[in-house]
Amino acid sequence: MTDLTRKTAVELAELMTSGQASSVEITQAHLDRIAAVDGAVQAFLHVDTEGALAQAAEVDRKRGAGEQLGPLAGVPLALKDVLTQEGVPTTAGSKILEGWKPPYDSTVVKRLRSAGIVILGKTNMDEFAMGSSTENSAYFTTHNPWDLGRIPGGSGGGSSAAVAAYEAPLAIGTDTGGSIRQPGAFTGTVGVKPTYGGTSRYGLIALASSLDTPGPCARTTLDTALLHEAIAGYDPMDSTSIKQDVPPVVDAARRADVNGLRIGVVKELGGEGYQPGVEARFHESVELLTKLGAEVVEVSCPHFQYALPAYYLILPSEASSNLAKFDAMRYGLRVGDDGVNSAEKVMSLTREAGFGDEVKRRIMLGTHALSSGYYDAYYGQAQKVRTLIQRDFANAYEQVDVLVSPATPTTAFPIGDRADDPIAMYKNDLCTIPVNLAGNAAASFPCGLADEDDLPVGFHVMAPVMRDDLLYQVGSALEAALAEQWGGVLMAQAPELEVTR
Amino acid sequence: MAGSGRNQPVILRNQLDQFMPSITREEVAHLARLARIELTDAELDHLAPQLDQIIALVGQVSQVAADDIPPTSHALPITNVMRPDENVPCLTPEQALAGAPAAEEQRFRVPRILEED
Repeated sequence: MTDLTRKTAVELAELMTSGQASSVEITQAHLDRIAAVDGAVQAFLHVDTEGALAQAAEVDRKRGAGEQLGPLAGVPLALKDVLTQEGVPTTAGSKILEGWKPPYDSTVVKRLRSAGIVILGKTNMDEFAMGSSTENSAYFTTHNPWDLGRIPGGSGGGSSAAVAAYEAPLAIGTDTGGSIRQPGAFTGTVGVKPTYGGTSRYGLIALASSLDTPGPCARTTLDTALLHEAIAGYDPMDSTSIKQDVPPVVDAARRADVNGLRIGVVKELGGEGYQPGVEARFHESVELLTKLGAEVVEVSCPHFQYALPAYYLILPSEASSNLAKFDAMRYGLRVGDDGVNSAEKVMSLTREAGFGDEVKRRIMLGTHALSSGYYDAYYGQAQKVRTLIQRDFANAYEQVDVLVSPATPTTAFPIGDRADDPIAMYKNDLCTIPVNLAGNAAASFPCGLADEDDLPVGFHVMAPVMRDDLLYQVGSALEAALAEQWGGVLMAQAPELEVTR
Repeated sequence: MAGSGRNQPVILRNQLDQFMPSITREEVAHLARLARIELTDAELDHLAPQLDQIIALVGQVSQVAADDIPPTSHALPITNVMRPDENVPCLTPEQALAGAPAAEEQRFRVPRILEED
């Protein structure tokens, strides 16, 4: 039998509907692949072998009984460890939650279950999603399947690496400043940040509540769109959820047509600080889209340059208050409870022991930004910058349908390279952060390998609020044209991982 | 906090234009106490200069927005979201206490809250 782990989600679904493979066989093949390569990749914090096989058996039983099933029923998926799944360890990459088993499912997990999607396990991430490399995980660093000496991006590096290492055809990430798109770019996979409020945050361990957005990851645009459709839509459990129909993302991915589409290249997202190989692949992709009939113009978004500083005020401010809940009283770690220490002392000792450096940095930065005398100068000003960035987008969308840029200024960097240089690390997300501040939709699609290092480059597409379908329209057109050029998808060029038995 | 004087942003902006915003080791120690994190001296030595650099970076926002720009707190304007006033199932006490560091008599057991004197 052909290797089931090399199939797309769509192909796996076809094998199941035609009776050529069962979900249990497909799930087992992916569990075997995890056993063979995850020692090197380290994408998973927890593999739920029994739970996954039970979910798969249930899908097979339903299919056998002739029940109506969703298009991805029986397909396995890797879940970022920041979303709760009842009874399965959920840590958000932090020691403070080590061993915690949530008593409820997040909305994303509920929807995955009702779609019959099989959850293989929980993927590694930077602690509380604070980081761009997984090096801030309290457990271990995930390795990039394209080059095991390099980071896979972050915070959702585990999810993207799992997909790129053929450990799962689908994965869920969360994007607060680029945590789906940047790892997607670094691993040669597709990553989509839906419109804020388009996917539910219920059961997502909050980093920055006004920015956090769950979204889909996969190796192809169509697989990503199908997963997007499965998890998106209004949820009464999330008060910021949008009460509208899910944009027609699957139709758009199938249409793969940019003829007549107006595309704006963001002038400010390029030039100094951008790796030549990244810019080369980006501009070739823009040319390719022009050949496919898109009208391309240059667009200026003058306030994007302030997105990074504004983000590093808004995020730490929200994070510092969200993470106040880790107080050693109701769940998670408790340190120093010796019968003498006060609750406050225990709290301080626990947070000292349970949080890593980056979490401490951001909590203190947020505490500073929100303290009296600084609030207006920092947080208040940052919120005004947010308005200016929204206006930049609004002005741009009067001229064009979508905006494009490289997804990241560079390709994946070596492990350890920026681990103790927070500002260099923050600059990874220069291209992705403006969208989070404005709340619209964006995606990264693989667009080739940089000449300098043969590592994947991501093509970033930014669409207006609730026009997530446009991302897929551009991404699938680009994917088809590039596949024709290369004689296959980019992932086919990835080096084979050594398999251990 | 936000209402601590309308003129304040202007004054602070002028100050920030003249001086790079910065933070001392003592101020970082104070922030750690406010945030209930018992930092070690070694951590303070390490984190304080990094925070100082980050604060210089984020201080750039003070140069940008004019006073007439309204702040955006949420990406999409959604206000007064209410759920229907209906009883819905919730966690059982056993489920709620399952992750507790310590529980007694169907309650969370916590360290002493009052000072001894």
